[in-house]
Amino acid sequence: MSAVKSVSASSQSTIEYALPRLVKIFGAGGVKNLYGYSTGFLVSPQGHIATIWSPVLDTDRLSVVLHDGRKFEAEVLGAEPHLDLAIIKLKSERELNLPCFDYKEKVTAGPGTRILGFSNMFKVATGDEPVSVLHGVIEARTELPRRRGAFELSYSGDVYVVDAITNNPGAAGGALLTYDGKLLGMIGKQVRNAKTNTWVNYSLPIDVLSKSIEQIITGKFDSSEDQKKPEMDAPQRYRPVDFGLVMVPDVLYRTPAYIDRVLPDSLVAKAGLQPDDLVVFVNDELINSCKTLNTELGQLESGDLLRLVVRRNNQLISIEFQVPPENK
Amino acid sequence: METTWKSAITSIFVKHVLLNNSVTVHLTGTDWLFRSEPWKFKGNLMQRFFICVPLVICTLISQPVFSAESSVDPAVLAAQKQRIDVIKEVSPSVVAIFGGAGDGGGSGVLVTPDGYALTNFHVVSGAGNFMKCGLNDGKLYDAVIVSIDPTGDVALIKLLGRTDFPAARLGDSDTVQVGDWAYAMGNPFLLATDFQPTITYGIVSGVHRYQYPAGTFLEYTDCIQVDSSINPGNSGGPLFNDRGELIGINGRGSFEKRGRVNSGAGYAISINQIKHFWDHLKSGRIVDHASLGATVTTGFDSHVNVAEILEESDAYRKGLRLGDEIVSFAGRPIRSVNQFKNILGIYPAGWTLPLVYRRDEKKQTIYVRLQSLHTASELQEQAGQKQLIPEKSPEPGDEKPRLPMPNPHAKAAPEPPEKYKHLYVPKTGFANYYFNQQQQERLLQALSATSNFSDRTGTWTLTGKLADETDFTLTLADKGVGFEVGKDIFLQSLETDTFVDEPPGTGGLLAALHHFRLLLSGQSERFTDFYYLGSERLDGTNEMVDVLIATQTGTISRWYFNKSDLSLRGLDFYLTENAEVCAIRFEQFQTLNGQKFPGELDVRHGSRPVMKLKIERLKLETPENTKK
Repeated sequence: MSAVKSVSASSQSTIEYALPRLVKIFGAGGVKNLYGYSTGFLVSPQGHIATIWSPVLDTDRLSVVLHDGRKFEAEVLGAEPHLDLAIIKLKSERELNLPCFDYKEKVTAGPGTRILGFSNMFKVATGDEPVSVLHGVIEARTELPRRRGAFELSYSGDVYVVDAITNNPGAAGGALLTYDGKLLGMIGKQVRNAKTNTWVNYSLPIDVLSKSIEQIITGKFDSSEDQKKPEMDAPQRYRPVDFGLVMVPDVLYRTPAYIDRVLPDSLVAKAGLQPDDLVVFVNDELINSCKTLNTELGQLESGDLLRLVVRRNNQLISIEFQVPPENK
Repeated sequence: METTWKSAITSIFVKHVLLNNSVTVHLTGTDWLFRSEPWKFKGNLMQRFFICVPLVICTLISQPVFSAESSVDPAVLAAQKQRIDVIKEVSPSVVAIFGGAGDGGGSGVLVTPDGYALTNFHVVSGAGNFMKCGLNDGKLYDAVIVSIDPTGDVALIKLLGRTDFPAARLGDSDTVQVGDWAYAMGNPFLLATDFQPTITYGIVSGVHRYQYPAGTFLEYTDCIQVDSSINPGNSGGPLFNDRGELIGINGRGSFEKRGRVNSGAGYAISINQIKHFWDHLKSGRIVDHASLGATVTTGFDSHVNVAEILEESDAYRKGLRLGDEIVSFAGRPIRSVNQFKNILGIYPAGWTLPLVYRRDEKKQTIYVRLQSLHTASELQEQAGQKQLIPEKSPEPGDEKPRLPMPNPHAKAAPEPPEKYKHLYVPKTGFANYYFNQQQQERLLQALSATSNFSDRTGTWTLTGKLADETDFTLTLADKGVGFEVGKDIFLQSLETDTFVDEPPGTGGLLAALHHFRLLLSGQSERFTDFYYLGSERLDGTNEMVDVLIATQTGTISRWYFNKSDLSLRGLDFYLTENAEVCAIRFEQFQTLNGQKFPGELDVRHGSRPVMKLKIERLKLETPENTKK
C-alpha cells in the first residue's frame, strides 16, 4: 500500500512543482472559433514565457495571469512560426524572480512513458485558480502527416502523441511533463484530420523547441519581426504581381487569397482569371491564405509550369502557364 | 517511480515475446489455427500480435504465479489490486436509472441502506415520479422521487423494496487534491444491460472549480474537475476517491466541437455541498440555493468588493455596504469573484454564515442569513410545475427522448406500481410532499412527546418576571395576544389579518407568540403553509437544528429543533419576508402542567437584545373554559 501511495505521491509533487510555472494568457479573439485565451509556461525567472504562436498574441493588450492570481501585461518578444513557438515577456518595473522550467535540459521520452498535461483548456481556470491537469501515456514520438487532407499544421517535425485529451480550446502552449517533473514539450494547437474527422493530442518536443527559446530570450534570434512571417525564410523569387495578380490586402492572420484586381494584358488576365476569384491551389498545394500563396509563388523557378486553381462562385477553374524568367 | 511503470510496460512486452512461442504452440492444436493458411499466418504478424496480447493479459490477471516469476514491480501489482478491491467494494452502490416511461436514463449512487440515492436533477427531470433502478446484483428496483435541487443539479430519489441496500461511504471533498486518482462510475451511453457499472479511471484535474449556470439554474460551484471520462449517461453517477469514498456526483463536462462526448474535462458536484443540502433534500421540496442580497466584483489589486447591495438584505442590515472589501466568507478567504460564487453556491438559502469585510482598513465580522436565490414560481417552473395539474399521462408519440440513445431495457411503465403509489403525494412547490409529511410528523411527534398541549387550544396565560424583576402577564387567545408589563399594555388583535410590531421594536413579539401557541397546541393546520425545510446551524454558530416553517398572512416563523435530541430550541419570526427578525430562544425547560415548557424566552430584534421573559406560571384553558 505504501508503494501505491508513493506512485501517486510522485505525480502529486510534480503537480505542485508545475502549477506555479504555468500561466493563463488572455489576448485577442473571442469571436467564433477564435479563442481569446491560451496557455504558457515560464522559462525564466525574469518572466519569459514560452507559448503557442497564435492569433491570441496579436494584440497590444496581452495579459498574463499567474497561478496565484497576479496579473501582468506582456509583450511578444519573438516567435518561430515554423515551430508554432512564441516567447512573451511579462512587463514589470521590478525585478521578477519567478519559478520556471528548465527548457535547456532537452529531455526526451518514448512510448509508454507516463505524462501529465497542464493547460487552461476551456478557460476553466481564472484568477488565482491553477490550470487543469490531465494524465496519460505517450503513444508515439512521430511526425504528423502534415499535408492537405490530413493535419493542417505549420509545424513539421516530431511530436509526442499522447492518449490524454490534452489538445482542447485554450490548451495550446501548455506543458507536457513526465510524472517525475521533467519538461517534455509544449501542447500544440488543435488539429483535426480532415479525412477521419479525428483530433490528435500532441505536443511539440522540448528538444526541438529548446534552441529557439534560448535564442529568442538571449536576443540572438534573427529579427523577430521577420520571423513572424514564415514566407520571409523561403525564397521570394516571384510575387503575385509578377503574374498580374493583385491580391486583397493581407490584414488577417489567415487572409483568404482573394484576387482584388487582375492587371490588364497580364498572364493571368489572358488565362481568364477575374477579380473576386479565390485562389485555392497552386501546383496542388492548398492555399489557405495570402501568406501561403506568397510562399508558394516565391518558390517557383523560371520555366516551371504554374497551375492555379481558383474558385469562382461554386466552380473550380483551373489555369496553367509557364513561369516567365525572373524580373529582377 | 517512472521506472516502475516503464518496467511494467517493458515486462509486458518482454513476456509477450517470450510467451509468443508457447502461445503459438497452444493455439496450434485448435481448429482456428488450421483454418488459416500457414503462409498467411506466418506473414501476418499483426494478427498474431493482436491474438497474443489478450492472452498475456489474461495470464497476468488469472495466474499469480506469473507475477511471481516476472519483474513487475510489486507497487504496480499492489496498485492494481487496490483498484480491483475498491471497484469491488463500491460497485454495488452504483445505480443505473431509467425513466418510468422508459425514456432515457442516467446514473446514481445509493447513500443510505434504506435506499436514498443521489443523482442529477437533469436526470430525473422528465423521468416521472417513479423510476426503475438497476443495481449490479442484476435486479431492477422501483424508485420514487424525493427532492430536486434545480440550481445545484442534484436530486434525491429513494429505491424501494429493501432496507439493506449497499450504500456508499461519504468522503470529505475538501481534502481532494489535484492529482488524486478518481473513479467515475455509472451507465454511460446506457451500455450496461446487466447494470454492471462502467468504470472510468482518471485523476482530479482541478478543485474548487466554478462552472457557469444556464440562466440561474444548473450552476456548478466549488466542483471537482476530473479527466476520468464523463459521457452522456454518466450524469448523476458517483465519483469515488482511491479509498472508495464518495467525493462527488458527476454531472457535466466541457464539450465543444468534438460532440457531446468526453473531452478530457468532466465536473462533479462536491459531496460536501450535498452534505449541506442533505436534510433539505430529504424534505421532498424543490430546494433553492442562496443569494447574499449583494453582488461582488474584482477591483484593483484583485480585491473583491461589494458592487451592489439590496437595502432589505440581511447583509445590509448587519452593516455591509457598497464598496466594502470581502475578506472571507464562511471561513474561506476570498480572492476572486469565482471563489465567492463557489462558496455561496454550496449553502442552502436560510443558512447563516460568517462574513468578514474590510472598510477603511478595519475588519468586521458579521453573521449573514442568506436569502433565496429564486422565487417560488421560478423554482416551480424549473421543476415543470407551472401550476398544480394532475400528472399528465404520457401519450404515444409525445415523448421526446432526452438522450440520443434509445433505452433498450425499460418497459413502458407510466403507471406507478400499485404497492408504492402512496409514496408519492403531489403538491405545488414540492417534488414529493409525502416525504415532507414524514419529516413534519417526526418533529411534531417529538414535540408532543414532551410538550403535549393538544387539548389546550383555549386561552393561555403566562406570568413571570423580566430580568429587572418587572412582573408581566402574557395572554394568548384566539381573538388576540395581550402583554402587560409593569404599567404598559400591548395588544395584537387576531380579528383582522394585520400583524403589527408589538411591543414596538421587537419585530412582532406578540404575533410570534401567537405562532408559538398554535404550534404547541397542535394547531399547525391553522397556518397557511406549514412544512419541513431541512437543517442548518442555529444562528450560524450553534448546533445543527431541524427547521419547520410556518406562515400566516405574510408572517413567517422558523422553528428550530436540536438535531440530536429533537428539543425545541426556539424560533425566528418575520412580520414580512424581508423584515428584521424577532428571534426567540428557549432556555431552561421546566415542567408546567405536567408538560415541558420553556423556563425563559430570550428575545432579540435583529442582533439587539430586547428582553428575557422568565416564565413562572402557565394557565392553560381548554376551548370550553374559554367560552365560559
